[in-house]
Amino acid sequence: MRKFFKILEERIFQGLMILATYGIAVVLLIIIISILIKGLPSLSWEMLSQTPKGGFYFGKEGGILNAIIGSLYLAFGSTLLALLIGLPVALYMNIHLLNRRKLVNTIRFLLDLLWGVPSIVYGAFGFSVMIFLGMRNSLLAGIITITLFIIPIMIRAIDEVLKSVPKGLLEASLSLGSTRSETAYRVFVKQCIPGIITAVLLAFGRGIGDAAAVLFTTGYTDYIPTSLSHPTASLPLAIFFQLSSPVPEVKDRAYASALVLTTIILIISILSRILSRRFQKNKINF
Amino acid sequence: MKRFFKINRQIRNSFHKRWMLLSLILVVAMPIVLGVGLYIKSAMLLEQTSLIKLLFSKEWKPMQGLFGLWPFIVSSLWVTILALLIAGPICLLAAIYMTQYTKKYFLRMMHPVIDILAGIPSVVYGVWGVIVVVPLVSNHLAPFFNTQSSGYSILTGAIVLAVMIIPFILNILIEVFRNIPDQLTEASLSLGATHWETVKHVLVRKAFPGIVSAFGLGISRAFGETIAVLMVVGNVTQIPKGIFQPGYPLPALIANNYGEMLSIPLYDSALMLSALVLFVVVLLFNFASRVAIIKLERHT
Repeated sequence: MRKFFKILEERIFQGLMILATYGIAVVLLIIIISILIKGLPSLSWEMLSQTPKGGFYFGKEGGILNAIIGSLYLAFGSTLLALLIGLPVALYMNIHLLNRRKLVNTIRFLLDLLWGVPSIVYGAFGFSVMIFLGMRNSLLAGIITITLFIIPIMIRAIDEVLKSVPKGLLEASLSLGSTRSETAYRVFVKQCIPGIITAVLLAFGRGIGDAAAVLFTTGYTDYIPTSLSHPTASLPLAIFFQLSSPVPEVKDRAYASALVLTTIILIISILSRILSRRFQKNKINF
Repeated sequence: MKRFFKINRQIRNSFHKRWMLLSLILVVAMPIVLGVGLYIKSAMLLEQTSLIKLLFSKEWKPMQGLFGLWPFIVSSLWVTILALLIAGPICLLAAIYMTQYTKKYFLRMMHPVIDILAGIPSVVYGVWGVIVVVPLVSNHLAPFFNTQSSGYSILTGAIVLAVMIIPFILNILIEVFRNIPDQLTEASLSLGATHWETVKHVLVRKAFPGIVSAFGLGISRAFGETIAVLMVVGNVTQIPKGIFQPGYPLPALIANNYGEMLSIPLYDSALMLSALVLFVVVLLFNFASRVAIIKLERHT
């Protein structure tokens, strides 16, 4: 009898586990399918290739090109800026500070803490700095805020890859007479390029998808920005604003915009897999 | 020429080194600057009213200068805890299944699923919440529990949040279970315990600190999530009395009022205080969880 209950318990929990695991996959499917079903009917070439025209927010013609371009500007700008600051930090931690493990671990810990800070906090902070400096809502303010938000993500992701490089490679490179910075940028970066690409694309995806950080800082406009000091639209905000409209046509466009954003994210995800596999062959195997 | 080249290399090296160091200092200073900046902005309000009073007062009337954050804090707690109650068991079961019961290739197959789920922007989760979860709650779940709900409720927010933090918690849990040495489970199995008994008495017990900290990190992630929750939670300033009622979490409060906050005195100060509260709470949870994880890693 006891054995029976034992087996029963085993079976029940195994069933629950299978349910949970497949449930997660099913939820992902539901999300993608429901966005597809709602978004596809109102998605058109016109919507992707035009900026909003008069009466756009009452369901008249126009598109979300301003938001798509704006989001790409924001994401590219902030990823570039974050890479400019993040890559050196990650390299410094793993090459110059190699013998000071305690310090490096402290920095890692700090970055992990920062990773968890919600983007709305960065947004609020960016907004008050902006007011303090007398700046207006602009592309530049948005880029800086998103950069602050994705830097910890990027550094930690790159750092995880650099950490796995064996010490021998550093020693070999230094003993051949190269400086530390040459070792860093020519040897370590080359060795870790698949991981770095993944990290950059991860940060890019975060940057393009985040709404809370840009809500305060970029403003919103129907035009495509032509300079860093212009306000700019972004896809997440376009979705958010359109969805809160009472007009059904505008709501439909929100679903279509969500489909566009999801597609971009999926493309990034696939791209990062393909690219990191392609660059894998430059790696020295130990 | 050769000599020039050598100097050039040295200069480049020292330039890079300085740039690296400067960047590092910038990044390390960031949390301090964040905290101080938010504090300075909220200090104006704190001079007028004490922190305790602001946190625990129920009166939110910006026009009269009353900024009680309690309804928002309670809403945040409701949504976050409920989300963890939904996501926690699912993640635990799925992580155990994927690390203990299946072959390696299954985990490799599930990894893209988890990654994509983690990568989907929160605004898309919000849209999904509006399309699927809101009708689900108002048409099926609320009648099932004999209540009425518009669908825009604490429960809806919690369900959406749960889905959002699942990939996050799951990734950490998989890492935790993988780090448990195989010998432990093998020893238990060889003593005649069933698979589930091994999981229950050996694996979960050994991984317990890791599980708690994974949940802690999930909580801190959920606590600060803004747009998705804002879109489905209803945003009514009240202390929610049940999960089918609308709520108004802290991040939603900040996001919703950025437009008007400059027209009312001290309003921006109150919003920055809420941002500061978020910041501190999230940092504390993160801190505790990370310390627990590090301790666990040292033990195994």
